[in-house]
Amino acid sequence: MLPSYVPVLILALVAIGFSAFTLGLSQLLGKPRPNPAKNSVYECGVPPIGTARERFPIKFYMICMIFILLDVDAAFLYPWALVFRDLGVFGFLEMGAFMLLLGGGFTYAWKVGAFDW
Amino acid sequence: MIDVILFYVFAAFTLVSALVVAGQRNPTYSAFSLIVTFCSLSAIYGLLGSPFIAALQVIVYAGAIMVLFLFVLMLLNVKEESEAPRKALAGAGGVLVLLFVVQVASALLKADVFHAPPGYEASTVGMAQLLFSSRFLYVFEATSILILSALVGAVVLAKKDL
Amino acid sequence: MDLTAQLIGGLGLPPFLVAALAGILPAVLLITFMALGPIVYVYAETKIAGFMQDRIGPKRVGPHGMLQTVADAVKLLFKEAIFPASADKFLFTLAPCLVVVGAFLSFVVIPFGSRVQGADLNIGVFYVVAVSSLSTVGLIMAGWASNNKYALFGAMRSAAQIVSYEIPAVMSLVVVVMMVGSLSLKDIVEAQQGGLPYWIVWRYFPLNVILFLVFFTATLAECNRAPFDIPEAESELVAGFHTEYSGFFFAMFFMAEYTEMVVLSAVASVLFFGGPLAPHMALQTIGGVGLGPFWLIAKAWTLVFVMMWLRWTLPRLRVDQLMHVAWKVLLPISLALVVVIGGLTLVLPRGFPVVDRIVGWPIVLGIFAMLVVGVLRAVQWSRRRIQEMAA
Repeated sequence: MLPSYVPVLILALVAIGFSAFTLGLSQLLGKPRPNPAKNSVYECGVPPIGTARERFPIKFYMICMIFILLDVDAAFLYPWALVFRDLGVFGFLEMGAFMLLLGGGFTYAWKVGAFDW
Repeated sequence: MIDVILFYVFAAFTLVSALVVAGQRNPTYSAFSLIVTFCSLSAIYGLLGSPFIAALQVIVYAGAIMVLFLFVLMLLNVKEESEAPRKALAGAGGVLVLLFVVQVASALLKADVFHAPPGYEASTVGMAQLLFSSRFLYVFEATSILILSALVGAVVLAKKDL
Repeated sequence: MDLTAQLIGGLGLPPFLVAALAGILPAVLLITFMALGPIVYVYAETKIAGFMQDRIGPKRVGPHGMLQTVADAVKLLFKEAIFPASADKFLFTLAPCLVVVGAFLSFVVIPFGSRVQGADLNIGVFYVVAVSSLSTVGLIMAGWASNNKYALFGAMRSAAQIVSYEIPAVMSLVVVVMMVGSLSLKDIVEAQQGGLPYWIVWRYFPLNVILFLVFFTATLAECNRAPFDIPEAESELVAGFHTEYSGFFFAMFFMAEYTEMVVLSAVASVLFFGGPLAPHMALQTIGGVGLGPFWLIAKAWTLVFVMMWLRWTLPRLRVDQLMHVAWKVLLPISLALVVVIGGLTLVLPRGFPVVDRIVGWPIVLGIFAMLVVGVLRAVQWSRRRIQEMAA
């Protein structure tokens, strides 16, 4: 274990403890008094039709897919950004070729209308 | 000492949540517990002294790919599995699991897993220098073609709707 | 952590206790700061909103209504949390915890001073990105577990929005990493040593100002703040992903939202405005006491104020406009900046270009001064109006 990560672990434990404690405390202080009307789904007073878990448009999928690909690209950019000064022109061109290919894909997606909601 | 305890804690999290992923009938539950698997895996990477890979695991898998999985579940609206498990498939799965266990065990026996260098910390800069050296130039550029094809594929698949 | 260890070490306690306290005390302090922070921010927000809408804002509870949010927090704590019958109880409870823990965790790397920092991780910036990407999962979990159409729709919109704006944010962070050559937030602060002219915003003027604006816009969207608050659009989605939440479960989401605002503002001030560094070296310490935390919090709160200000200035964006801004405006700009600033960094010698040190900051400070004068005149005007109304 890396010593510099000990505070992260401690903070995570304290944060989990904090949220568990406050939620538990609020449950104790505000006693739940359920009744069917109170526990019904909030839909502006109208009884809901069917379940909420309906199908969603495919646009969400596509936006997320493009996000993942650019995210992977960004994940490559970070280590590159650390050393690109030492790599010099070679590293710049190397990443340039990488980005150019991705940029082509991005332009294609743009032209096809992937970003028009 | 504390390393070992933490390792076993996170390993237990990984295994249990992975079992929940496979055993759960509700696909959304499976997806959420897969996030737990990824996060505890990331903690194990951190314990192994590679914080960059650990953060990458969270960003790409837990933060991005799992959101995609959830979006796809919402898109397809998969309800709980209703089919009864098929015996033949279960048998085949058992054989595969057995083979996998044998393979992992043989690999573990060969490798010197019990003598990892203590306090090892992978240098992110060192990793970057290796990755962007001319040695991995071809592989690195090939990755971009892989990403490009995935991007075009996703757009083409969804295009009918646009 | 070392600082607390030293401070406690003077008390003559056994070593294991010192080690344990040195770890736990800062964590508890940070959590208290984050948990009580929203009380201040919500009060500030209601007062600012009141001022901008020519109202008075809270004034009944305590002097100038200062205890209003304290009262609200206590009320929320005593309120019953309703679990909808069709909700998934386990995930419904887990989601607010996940969101809060995710928001709190990023605080650990914020450098409050040269020695006041939870942990100086050598992947600092990358860690912030990783932790904040977890909140998306919490939002979807909340929306799905509620089994409410508004909640699920709000969660999906919110996830799509966060995901879209994360790319420009991450890309603009890359540019800063390129200029500094390190992911550690401490190194980024040290690269800006030397006072106001050395802050990264005015480097390569005006490129980095644009970069900062891209990052700031993206963080606004990631916090679901106006004008990017369509996931919680009151007029169409009730309250978005937290429609079904009540009592302190609701307060948790609130806390997470404000914490996220402060964290991202703090990150922005570290990356662009020198973080805990004072505008002039002479102001860094007073009587041997470091003022780092003061400067960092002052800068972060200024940015938070701008966020609150924007909420009452700009109308909400439509979904298609939202996607347009993210993918067709911010992303191309940030990619272009990666190339241009990367090239400049490669060509120019190391160190801060002299021209930027002279040209950049007077212009930006001039704009800032104009803003301050504008705010002061608005305050004056509103004072006069209140007096007129009273007369």
